[in-house]
Amino acid sequence: MSTLVKIKIDEKEYEVPRGRYLLAICQENGIPIPTLCHHESVEPWGGCRLCVVEFRKKRWDSWWTELATACLYPAEDGLCVWTRSEKVMKARRTILDLLLARCPGSEVITKIAAEHGVYQTSFAKREGEDNCILCGLCTRVCDRVGARAIATALRGALKEVSTPFGEPPPDCLGCLSCAHVCPTHTIGHTEADGKRTVWGRTFELVRCSGCGAASVTREQVEYAVRTKNLSPEYFVKCDACKRRESAATFAGLLFDERKGGEGPVGPTGSGPSHE
Amino acid sequence: MQRLTSPDALEKLRAELAGKRQAIKKTVFVCCGPGCLANGSRKIADAIGLQMEKQKVDASVGYRRCTTGCHGFCEQGPLVIVQPGDIFYCKVKPSDAATIVERTVKGDELVERLLYLDPGTKQRCKAFTEIPFYAKQTRVALARIGTLDPTDLGNAIASGGYASLAKALFTMKPDQVIDLVDRSGLRGKGGGGFLTGRKWRSCVKAPGDRRYVICNGDEGDPGAFMDRATMEGDPHCVIEGMIIGAYAVGSHEGYVYVREEYPLAVEYMQLGVDEARKAGLLGDNILGSDFSFDIKISRGGGAFVCGESSALMRSVEGKVGEPRAKYIHSVERGLWDQPTVLNNVETWATVPVIVQKGVDWFRSMGTKGSPGTKAFSLSGQVRNTGLIEVPMGVTLREVIFGIGGGLFKRRTFKAVQTGGPSGGCLPEDKLDLAVDFDELTRAGSMMGSGGMIVMDDRACMVDVARYFTAFLVDESCGKCVPCREGTKQLLALLTDITHGNATEDHLARIEALAATIMQASLCALGKSAPNPVLSTLKQFRQEYLSHIEKKRCPAGVCKPLTRFVIDEETCTGCGLCLKACPVDAIRGEKKKPHTIEPSKCITCAACREVCPVDAVEVAS
Ligand SMILES: Cc1cc2nc3c(=O)[nH]c(=O)nc-3n(C[C@H](O)[C@H](O)[C@H](O)COP(=O)(O)O)c2cc1C
Ligand code: FES
Repeated sequence: MSTLVKIKIDEKEYEVPRGRYLLAICQENGIPIPTLCHHESVEPWGGCRLCVVEFRKKRWDSWWTELATACLYPAEDGLCVWTRSEKVMKARRTILDLLLARCPGSEVITKIAAEHGVYQTSFAKREGEDNCILCGLCTRVCDRVGARAIATALRGALKEVSTPFGEPPPDCLGCLSCAHVCPTHTIGHTEADGKRTVWGRTFELVRCSGCGAASVTREQVEYAVRTKNLSPEYFVKCDACKRRESAATFAGLLFDERKGGEGPVGPTGSGPSHE
Repeated sequence: MQRLTSPDALEKLRAELAGKRQAIKKTVFVCCGPGCLANGSRKIADAIGLQMEKQKVDASVGYRRCTTGCHGFCEQGPLVIVQPGDIFYCKVKPSDAATIVERTVKGDELVERLLYLDPGTKQRCKAFTEIPFYAKQTRVALARIGTLDPTDLGNAIASGGYASLAKALFTMKPDQVIDLVDRSGLRGKGGGGFLTGRKWRSCVKAPGDRRYVICNGDEGDPGAFMDRATMEGDPHCVIEGMIIGAYAVGSHEGYVYVREEYPLAVEYMQLGVDEARKAGLLGDNILGSDFSFDIKISRGGGAFVCGESSALMRSVEGKVGEPRAKYIHSVERGLWDQPTVLNNVETWATVPVIVQKGVDWFRSMGTKGSPGTKAFSLSGQVRNTGLIEVPMGVTLREVIFGIGGGLFKRRTFKAVQTGGPSGGCLPEDKLDLAVDFDELTRAGSMMGSGGMIVMDDRACMVDVARYFTAFLVDESCGKCVPCREGTKQLLALLTDITHGNATEDHLARIEALAATIMQASLCALGKSAPNPVLSTLKQFRQEYLSHIEKKRCPAGVCKPLTRFVIDEETCTGCGLCLKACPVDAIRGEKKKPHTIEPSKCITCAACREVCPVDAVEVAS
């Protein structure tokens, strides 16, 4: 993995680790590549196809150019890539045109499309529904969290993200990771009176014993306790309170030190145990 | 069956079984392939069995009844073949059993009325070798189907089954097997035509802890049933091919991926694997060698996309059958990320024959670039639909008019669709094209897994493109945008044309969209999804233009663009159309020209179907 290879991006040479994905390389070098289905917390997937780039390489005995998704294409020696060629831009425009037809109401898609010169869709619009572009980020993040509460169902034009049998998902933790990664902000959720609702299921929030703010669900606490071996105490205070407390402890420590006090307390990250 | 622990034991068993077979006076083969089964062949098999018992010509006195896989000539089913003599009875009914047993099994006479009537010579064919449908075929992968009971390992062994395996295991090194397959020039029959030997060698070269071999029996093309017929008709040739392949690449675990909609294929493959294991042909120390390998059957839900290699492997792993990007090939990183060889059913079934008969024999058939043979399922508007196998390089004309017997009376050839749903249509001027992987691709279609649908002058090519596109819209896995959204919009544009709502720029829009779908889709389903549209657009552009500019569907298929009229001069006034019309839109006296009332007509085309003189026409 650590061998360096020479590649060319938009006529400029780069030395990069072999096998590193082109999208990562571009992002590290400030070369803009639009994406909708990529997130650093999950494996690259290649579903939105917005990140296509044109590449030229030798296969068998001849040279050829082709489009490939940067998010999944590993760097190899001698690779030549163009990120904004005519072919690339045309494909991206058509893809955005298609996405705009799917989600005419999405601000995010409208904005990216406009940046590519697509101001309205040339295709038949899908009628007044959600803004889901089926990028699969929510289901992949949910898998990553380990809850696997949602998944895609069906295939082809009928494909959708769904809960088991369309019912409130029994395995959902209410963690909202799905909503946070959703590029079009289409996963609806509400929070009021110490309760959170997402995917049709309502969760009770655990209140912080310090400030009274509610930020995690009981299911999240239980899940973390069960799978990550954390003490239930860990969740009794919210992050802000924990930070405040450790700052206070630290200040106290310094104060104590001057007076020749005791050694340091635990690292801030794990949080002081309550009571 | 006893456990065979050496190649000699296998040969001894073969000789013994073959000897027993020699002693049999007559065998009645009853086709129980998908087509014949649907026409009630199980009942015929039962009736023949009963009659044989009744008339005392059963096993105890050297007679045999055998139910087999598909004989191919499904059009003429249910089929019964009596050996020796290659006697071929078609369209048999259970009530014919007594006569067949009495005259042909007990006696040595033919039942004239059950013999095939050659429409060309108007003669009845005494043996199936005289029937053009069979005479013009060369069977390699399908050779044993129809001659043995697929549920009986002994039958396969008696016919030389597993002899190639013994030869490979005991006289060849793995690399020599690969070399043999490589030199034979065998190309995968699953669609891509990839060189099998090259694929195997890449697998061996790829680093990995384990290696897998998989048999692709997904067969998602609508109307295709070559792989089904093979798995149901001769499971052991597939199993034998897989063991040889596994030995060549050093794999100890294999999978057969079959769609659940093929319950009989699942059952027979499973039975075949179990029987082979009991006989020491699978499992530890195959035939007493130090090579071990076993096969599991993996059932798929029957999605078209699950035939695609990476989707298939995810499905075998128990995940959602969605394709992955193939910038790293599955030979290198396939099932559970290990080097994997995936081959089609027919490819595996061909391997033992090559090992047995050698490279020169194999290369003596077919073309330079595509040696050997290919199975096709011939369907559509030809007389002889069914399952066929021909040497590569035969012309489309030979297949459609020679074997297929041409089109029906008064109909003319318009196009042949090859390559499955994402294949293409070829018009009349391509009829003399030599059918092989490269020629079909060059002509703008493809080999695919071997579907061949013949269309006559009453097929609308825009509608055909729309039909296949609709299939692909439903079968796209939905993972990537160009394929999922793109094919949907392609279908919308085509529907506009067939409904008469298209504008002048529709064709340009279709072509632009098609280009992006092909370039930017994730897997080969999307990359080839625009083929039906592009190939018809290339070959039948006028027909598209007629829909768009003249708002007329020349074939009379797209209802909003069709108006039927009766040609006065041709109409004989027979009145058949008048009776057939469901809405009483036809008027006319007997023996006088009839007319259609346009305001009542629903363009159902019933009148056109029944008219014996083709007087019903599409108005200009
Ligand atoms: C959408 C799609 C569907 C496919 N369906 C099948 C199939 O049903 N059977 C098959 O053998 N190959 C199918 N293939 C081809 C396989 O991906 C693969 O190339 C083949 O099984 C390899 O075997 P071969 O080298 O023996 O042809 C399909 C490919 C695509 C893209
Ligand atoms: S980011 Fe590469 S396909 Fe979506």
